[in-house]
Amino acid sequence: MRARVHVSLKPGVLDPQGKAVSDALGRLGFSEVGEVRVGKTIELELEDGLAADAAEARVKEMCEKLLANTVIERYAVELV
Amino acid sequence: MVWHKDAEIPEDTDLVLLPGGFSYGDYLRSGAMAAASPIGSALRAHADRGGYVLAICNGFQVATELGLLPGALLRNAGLNFVCRPQVLAISTNSAFTSAYGTQQEVSFPIAHHDGNYFADDETLDRLEGEGRIAFRYCDNPNGSARDIAGILSENGRVLGMMPHPERAIGGHEGGVDGAKLFESVLAAA
Repeated sequence: MRARVHVSLKPGVLDPQGKAVSDALGRLGFSEVGEVRVGKTIELELEDGLAADAAEARVKEMCEKLLANTVIERYAVELV
Repeated sequence: MVWHKDAEIPEDTDLVLLPGGFSYGDYLRSGAMAAASPIGSALRAHADRGGYVLAICNGFQVATELGLLPGALLRNAGLNFVCRPQVLAISTNSAFTSAYGTQQEVSFPIAHHDGNYFADDETLDRLEGEGRIAFRYCDNPNGSARDIAGILSENGRVLGMMPHPERAIGGHEGGVDGAKLFESVLAAA
């Protein structure tokens, strides 16, 4: 089983990287692009045989303790 | 010197310096991995028993990740690494600034990429209301909320700051203003 964790800055938290990417896309002619937010994806390989509920709860705990800083970031967990 | 893989800080320790630099490549977020080091819980215990902590630059990032101080340090608003002498206003009297007397401004070097202090408005109001903003930038170099350069814990004994007072103690670089910060906290501790 694998878990995919998406971490992104919370709405309202300035994302200078996203701003730079948005500006660069504009310069390349992609004028339809508005705000851009840059996040990250973390893929975790989990041991086999875990129940989905339990696995999700454990990964959320990992997010709270390390993978995300909930002062500035939000996260979403996907089991794949 | 206590190594990050150690699990204990000697009990009679008065002051812990959490230095700057980089830790664990600053992967994930600056300071995030270091906060998960074995020494983390001992550091928290030291702060809980009223010990002094001076957390500078990457140390400040580690201190916020550890929860010793509120908020977080985001990428600089201008995206650039900033490295220059920086004038700061001493915003409150604390154990870290008593030796400055009536001096209201200091110049310390700054050198960071993730120094843009962020906290929600409620936290920022509380920090201001409780006199816990230790230093403010006079010419904000990184987009920091309310020009915050350094903040204090609730008991005033943990100071986290992005600028480097230890690089301004009268040597070949950075000026002399930092020495008094160390004189202050050594007298208090």
